[in-house]
Amino acid sequence: MKTFKLGGVHPEENKISAGEAIEVLPLPAKVCIPVSQSLGAPSKVVVEKGAIVKTGQVIAKGESFISSNVHSSVSGKVTKIDEVIDTSGYKRQAVYIDVEGDEWEEGIDRSPEIIHDIVPDRDAIIRKINEMGVVGLGGATFPSHVKLMVPDGKKAEYLLINGVECEPYLTSDHRLMLERGEEMVIGVKILMKALGVSKAFIGIEKNKQDAIVHLSVICSKHPGIEVVPLKVKYPQGGEKQLIKAVVNREVPSGKLPIEVGCVVNNVGTALAVYEAVQKNKPLIDRVVTVTGKSVAKPSNLLVRIGAPVSALVDFAGGLPEDAGKVISGGPMMGKALTSLDVPVVKGTSGILIMQGAESKRAAALNCIRCGRCITACPMGLEPVLLAQLSENQLFERAEKDRIMDCIECGSCHYTCPAGRPLLDYLRLGKNKTGILIRNRGKK
Amino acid sequence: MNETVLFAVLSLSAIGVASAVILYFVAQKFKVIEDPRIDVVNEILPGANCGGCGLAGCRAFAEELVKTGDLSKLNCPVGGSDTMKQIASVLGLEAEEKEPMIAVVRCNGSRINAPQKVIFDGASSCAFAHALSAGESGCPNGCLGLGDCVVSCKFDAIYISPETGLPVVSDEKCVACGACVTACPRKIIELRKKGKKDRRIFVSCVNTEKGGPAKKNCSVACIGCGKCVKECPYEAITLQNNLAYIDYEKCKLCRKCAPVCPTGAILEINFPLRKEKPGEPGAEKVAEPVTAG
Repeated sequence: MKTFKLGGVHPEENKISAGEAIEVLPLPAKVCIPVSQSLGAPSKVVVEKGAIVKTGQVIAKGESFISSNVHSSVSGKVTKIDEVIDTSGYKRQAVYIDVEGDEWEEGIDRSPEIIHDIVPDRDAIIRKINEMGVVGLGGATFPSHVKLMVPDGKKAEYLLINGVECEPYLTSDHRLMLERGEEMVIGVKILMKALGVSKAFIGIEKNKQDAIVHLSVICSKHPGIEVVPLKVKYPQGGEKQLIKAVVNREVPSGKLPIEVGCVVNNVGTALAVYEAVQKNKPLIDRVVTVTGKSVAKPSNLLVRIGAPVSALVDFAGGLPEDAGKVISGGPMMGKALTSLDVPVVKGTSGILIMQGAESKRAAALNCIRCGRCITACPMGLEPVLLAQLSENQLFERAEKDRIMDCIECGSCHYTCPAGRPLLDYLRLGKNKTGILIRNRGKK
Repeated sequence: MNETVLFAVLSLSAIGVASAVILYFVAQKFKVIEDPRIDVVNEILPGANCGGCGLAGCRAFAEELVKTGDLSKLNCPVGGSDTMKQIASVLGLEAEEKEPMIAVVRCNGSRINAPQKVIFDGASSCAFAHALSAGESGCPNGCLGLGDCVVSCKFDAIYISPETGLPVVSDEKCVACGACVTACPRKIIELRKKGKKDRRIFVSCVNTEKGGPAKKNCSVACIGCGKCVKECPYEAITLQNNLAYIDYEKCKLCRKCAPVCPTGAILEINFPLRKEKPGEPGAEKVAEPVTAG
């Protein structure tokens, strides 16, 4: 069984909601759509207060190279353009819409019919993906059209589709592969056409045997697309780890996957690409797992972007009494929310409600220099040293020791027997070192 | 036997003389001429190496002083005017009288004024907490209370009060080196004039949100109403980004601004109690009716 070599951990899988079919979350009464939903520059709002918008209408335009359009996920009236508290507790600009009916923008094909023929050419595909606001749905929300524009002098050889879902608890990609597999595979073919590659791999971890079988059957009809079962190991869903596991190539430090001829996209992104190109549908909804050990009804929900997290939690049976933390994302890399009014964004893969005791961090003790974090690090870094450098604000040295290679997977923190907040300091260090590097570029 | 001893003594002496000659020429060749005044100035300096002067340490400060021979731009905040006078006399220069400064914490979001809404249980570092979240009270500009300023202080002059969760600066110990100002990720701490009899007036808030949202998280937030700006007879108060700021150079400590503040965001430190409204501590202040005109 294939996997990546260096480091990695195996946390308890807890895929409680794996058997739950995707349900459609009823339309919320109000949505709040943040205008900055992808990496890169924030998009510019193009609607005014009081405007009547239709589902799928552009409400914010991405104007720079790395930025993405944002569409209205509902039809109704724009009540205000104000700030909203996002996952971090800070305020970001957002468009508030009161939902009235569900009238879709013309030209969006809402029929369940699957369109197999890929008509548009490469440029048209990329233009469409850009227009429809498709971003990487694995969590990093990198605008997808940018990934498809292979820089001069580089050549894409393989397309890797990430169906690993290595985060414990999350099952949205799993359900998506099972229920929308056919469409997703067409999405993969569209991506292949856009990249001009003839070989695509769909990497899936062994704990999703049903998805492996299901997709293998579909792919047998599509030459060039191959399902690769992978050993269960965290963080295999990391871009660089997946490339190592599937095609056994190593992305050099500080470089992008294209350096080794690979482009990686998430299964959710592949489906969004299918919908954008074949159905003319912008990215206005996504599958979100709502789960947790004491959640009454763990579910996988198809949610319109901008719906409040509270609506999802209510659908799943309300906030359990012993809830300790509500996390956006998985337990390893997710972020604890400061409020349930936070809207679902393109990057929200799951809402995890952790039990009080489960969510509590152990008190940090002194480092016993056991080196487990070094063994666990999938990037071959020395988390203990980097965390110390960051704590002591020695960011130049941290840069030399390759802190920017850290993928923030949290394996170090997970294995630390002394419960040291290694990831916290690594994140801080990356943040500060990043600022240092950017400022250096300016001078 | 005697010959062996004699030989040893003679040969060692010869090596010694030869080495001495070599060392003499090497020393002449690689001699570093240093102004002797640097050592003298360095002796006078406090030797804390705090970096409060903006240079790498006391030695660097001494070198810079002797090199430029200009006292107007350089100041040792730790030693204060006494030290600077002493240095001036050594260098034969005139010392400028610099007013003593002190670090001021411009946030009054104590546990009562800005109640905790969420619990932060990450690494105990303000810099990290600031990068990750808005903080426990939800105020995006307020003090996080994790003590990066305390760690940065080399003079033990700042501590986090267990009651309020806010940093407290000791009037006696603070030397205004500015280490905490740089350490605070939210730029809450400012160096201000220490003031006569340690009396100071300042806006104890750095929140730039509009009035409503600011007040939602903290009862003593500056809401940017501008009443103090109108009240000030010396034009010392400016309003920017919904936040009032008192310029300590222009402020004459007349105390007119504090009573008009509807939230009590303006703090008066070390003043005697007001006669007309006795017994009201700063944090609990209620709005006084403002008479028009």
